[in-house]
Amino acid sequence: MIDETLMSFEEKSAYKLRSVYKKYGYLPYKMGKFEEYELYVRNKDFLISDRVIAFNDTNGKLMALKPDVTLSIIKNGEDVKGVKQKVFYNENVYRVSENTHRFKEIMQTGLECIGDIDFYDVYETICLAAESLKVFSDNFCIEISNLDLVKTVITSVCDDRKFVSNAIKFISEKNSHDLQKLCEEYALDKNNTEKILTLVSVYGERNEVLSKLKKNFDLPQISDMERLSKMLDNSLFSDKIRFDFSIVNDMNYYNGFVYRGFLDNVACGVLAGGQYDNMMKKMNRKSGAVGFAVYLDRIEDAIRGNDGFDVDYLIIYDDNTDMKKIIFAVNELVKAGFSVSAQKDIPENLRYKEIKDLRKKD
Amino acid sequence: MLNIALPKGRLGEKVYNMFEKAGYECPSIKETNRKLIFENEEKGIRFFWVKPSDVSIYVERGAADIGVAGKDILLEYKPNIYELLDLNIGKCNMCVAAKKEFRDENIKVLKVATKFTEIASDYYSKIGRDIDIIKLNGSIELAPILGLSDVIVDIVETGTTLKENDLEVKTKIVPISARLISNKASFKFKGEEIEKIRNAMKEQVLYND
Repeated sequence: MIDETLMSFEEKSAYKLRSVYKKYGYLPYKMGKFEEYELYVRNKDFLISDRVIAFNDTNGKLMALKPDVTLSIIKNGEDVKGVKQKVFYNENVYRVSENTHRFKEIMQTGLECIGDIDFYDVYETICLAAESLKVFSDNFCIEISNLDLVKTVITSVCDDRKFVSNAIKFISEKNSHDLQKLCEEYALDKNNTEKILTLVSVYGERNEVLSKLKKNFDLPQISDMERLSKMLDNSLFSDKIRFDFSIVNDMNYYNGFVYRGFLDNVACGVLAGGQYDNMMKKMNRKSGAVGFAVYLDRIEDAIRGNDGFDVDYLIIYDDNTDMKKIIFAVNELVKAGFSVSAQKDIPENLRYKEIKDLRKKD
Repeated sequence: MLNIALPKGRLGEKVYNMFEKAGYECPSIKETNRKLIFENEEKGIRFFWVKPSDVSIYVERGAADIGVAGKDILLEYKPNIYELLDLNIGKCNMCVAAKKEFRDENIKVLKVATKFTEIASDYYSKIGRDIDIIKLNGSIELAPILGLSDVIVDIVETGTTLKENDLEVKTKIVPISARLISNKASFKFKGEEIEKIRNAMKEQVLYND
């Protein structure tokens, strides 16, 4: 039996997530810490931060400490018809922190389903994303967008590159006022403006979103969303999974369904994933892929409480205390299931529940 | 309880008045004292004043669920938040200004003094102009007068300060106004309350127009 209280947050989380992923046949994927630098230069927009720690290997080759796991998994796989590679990973990666702007070692956990993927795999990864969040809190939600639909709607009203990139930005910000101004700048008519604004105003419960979308659009992607939604009706967490087009990933890499997970006590998204067939194509792979990463560092910051104790008992002794007395006191408490710290003085930062003073009193 | 970060100063007072008229009043905020947080338990809201440039940080980090920040701050710091409503107050422009006689002949690197280094860099990179950014924290108008820079990039409200110092607006980069912003996770879990506030504030915006 594993005593979880002895585990760090990362160890505990990785252990729990691993058992979730293994249940669904995902196998652990282990890899080295280094990768050729070129891999990241070619695909730097795919990375959360484009800065990488690079160094020359003994043979002169420029190498990098891994800033990401997904690229390595894609690079090392093969395309075989009807076959899917289902893996999960739990690796340290090295990235520039968004807050300190310095390099940081971050534990990245996630899973990838790569190969001849289909609708079921998208559904399965979303369910596993939900189960992953359930590990940390009951109060979570997952929001799904369909990038193909977003792209089709935007380009159908105006396919100017600058318009498309600005429109996507405003949709991701739920910024209808600037989106409307953008439409005015490009002299779009009322009908087209309303069409595009729908992507900001429509979000939430899946069936409500679908019925509003159907009123405004006749697009094949809506049938895809409907099909996925019906599949998700069978999921244990159906009520926590919603549609929201403000979830946007880089369309050069991602396509189809993308999603993000939130916990009620964490200020930003803690899980991000989706289909990345475009990335696969860029890396000369012929098959599709879907997967997600869980940002344990963001969760840890919010979950790590400060109300716990370091030990149950603090035993204080001095040079005159009989050693047998100390050993007896410690052993008795440990046998009774308590944690004990024997010290000569009260340590400044130690949080203890009870104190036992074994010093002789004059 | 919904935490609302308001920008200290004249703009913040206008914003609070909009909240009050929208039905989200908190009378204790008008009392003269050193309190930092003001609560209306019945309405489920808690206001606090912060430095205008810090509002987006409070909201992005979830210390505030919603807040009001100038578009200049949002363009400069690019916080990861939702921008829910243009409040149409605190209106001004982000401009390039210089001495009246200055003409950019595009033969040397342009020296640009500004507080808004991101906005200035974005603007000049879009038009393909090579610049040298000089980051200043105040009295930006002094820079071209003393020859520290060729131009400045700054907020211009009425243009009086520029005029009094023999400077003029050369280009308007982007219009600025106050925006209602929301933390992304708060919008997921307190969406109903936030939407109610946004809709009530929207009515105020329409009324003011």
